[in-house]
Amino acid sequence: MFLKNILYHFGRYVMMLGTAISRPEKVSMYYKETMRQMNDIGIGSLFIVGLIAIFIGAVTAVQFSYQLDGTLVPVYYIGYVVRDMTIIELAPTFTCLVLAGKVGSNIASEIGGMRQKEHIDAMEIMGVNTAAYLIMPKVIAALVVIPMLVAVGAFISIIGGYLASVPTGVMADADYIKGLRSFFDPFNVTMMFIKAVVFAFILTTVSCYQGYHVRGGSIELGQASTNAVVFSDILILVADYLLAVILTS
Amino acid sequence: MIRTKDIFKSFDEKEVLKGITTEFYKGKTNLIIGRSGAGKTVLLKLLVGLLQPTSGEVWYDDTNFFSLNKKEVRAIRMQVGMLFQASALFDSMTVEENIRFPLDMFTNMTYKEKRKQVDSCLERVSLSGVNDSFPSEISGGMQKRVGIARAIVLNPRYLFCDEPNSGLDPKTSIVIDELILDITKEKNITTVINTHDMNSVMEIGENIILLYQGEIAWRGHRGEVLESDNEILQDFIFASPFLQRLRESALGK
Ligand SMILES: Nc1ncnc2c1ncn2[C@@H]1O[C@H](COP(=O)(O)OP(=O)(O)OP(=O)(O)O)[C@@H](O)[C@H]1O
Ligand SMILES: [Mg+2]
Repeated sequence: MFLKNILYHFGRYVMMLGTAISRPEKVSMYYKETMRQMNDIGIGSLFIVGLIAIFIGAVTAVQFSYQLDGTLVPVYYIGYVVRDMTIIELAPTFTCLVLAGKVGSNIASEIGGMRQKEHIDAMEIMGVNTAAYLIMPKVIAALVVIPMLVAVGAFISIIGGYLASVPTGVMADADYIKGLRSFFDPFNVTMMFIKAVVFAFILTTVSCYQGYHVRGGSIELGQASTNAVVFSDILILVADYLLAVILTS
Repeated sequence: MIRTKDIFKSFDEKEVLKGITTEFYKGKTNLIIGRSGAGKTVLLKLLVGLLQPTSGEVWYDDTNFFSLNKKEVRAIRMQVGMLFQASALFDSMTVEENIRFPLDMFTNMTYKEKRKQVDSCLERVSLSGVNDSFPSEISGGMQKRVGIARAIVLNPRYLFCDEPNSGLDPKTSIVIDELILDITKEKNITTVINTHDMNSVMEIGENIILLYQGEIAWRGHRGEVLESDNEILQDFIFASPFLQRLRESALGK
């Protein structure tokens, strides 16, 4: 029963994406909508992403220095650890989990509301491919903007780590910077972007799916919006694990 | 012209339509009437493919609608305008943006040309000057008229109206009915209207089918309504004792 359910939703999800991939009726309309989404997702999330990033960096620095206390590991390792932790794991995963909550629920309730108010039917009657028009711009916008947000998040995290360790006297400014410059592997940045792109795809398409197939009334709309967040989060975590296994092997 | 052949539709166990075979003629206002819950909206949504029938066919002139692929369906739909029961105006767009939406999506007109077309449609429904209002800022009757304007902006060959005058006062209802009738004649299109308003039946019923318990209980035109001795029809149209007395006196009984 459970398995059947999963297969049913997966099938419908794939079919929806299949319909969504098609030539736009009018490129300028899709372009306009994509720009609007980029603004909503990107600029609209900058503050929350920055806020979370600065604390992630700070907490990582403080806790790692606590773990190092009394060991022989040199203190500049803090800079190194903050850098790699945030780039490889914390920035993409945390940012996308938070964006699933903010952007995902927003997308699900926007599309779901349009479904319930028959806006989607009205567009279908006009001859619009609604799956394409409502989903494609959001996915493209997210694929472009979310990796940027993640990169900004990683950068701010590193500053957060700095703020938590240098002014507080845990270590000298030069040590932190030395740490940042040690053992750098550019592939880690590639890994960050791969994760960001995959997570962005998951959170937008899952949320679009939840909204697009909503039935009933405001209770169902609320559920769709919650489901969008919950399922995006679960799938992001699963994907995170799989990517970790694949990319580091 | 649109034809349906033996349409059945059920939701789970519940049979809503049981074998609807009928024709909707070009240049005429075709009415689907019936009590609330009779299946009018379901039938209309089947005609435009928003619902799939359990069995049966829908023909647009010589095209079997349900044998088309998605692309061909969209091509037909470009020739279809529809007014929804609840208007379904895009609530975060202004009136003008609503009406312009199909033009933006499907034509290469310049902004000026689109603006002109929008204005002429608004004028057609006697609503000039509300271009910049949002749907929530205008009355229900005005929303219906904007819905009609949006439905006709691409010059459709088929127009579907789901209860164009539900929730409106009798005078406004008649204005809307006449508007739809005029547009039908003017553009010589196939218009299908759902209604349970007896005024509409008497004013614009050029080809009427009465749905009752999932079947067509009566068909005819407005001139035949008064004289018909079909009980289901009389029970539906002349629902109150007052209207029954009116009918009797009209018939000279
Ligand atoms: N999506 C659906 N799922 C299950 N049953 C449905 C669905 N849509 C309609 N029905 C059922 O089909 C029947 C006909 O509904 P429909 O909306 O066509 O009525 P109607 O004639 O348009 O009524 P009204 O005049 O009130 O709009 C109703 O009994 C309704 O319960
Ligand atoms: Mg109805």
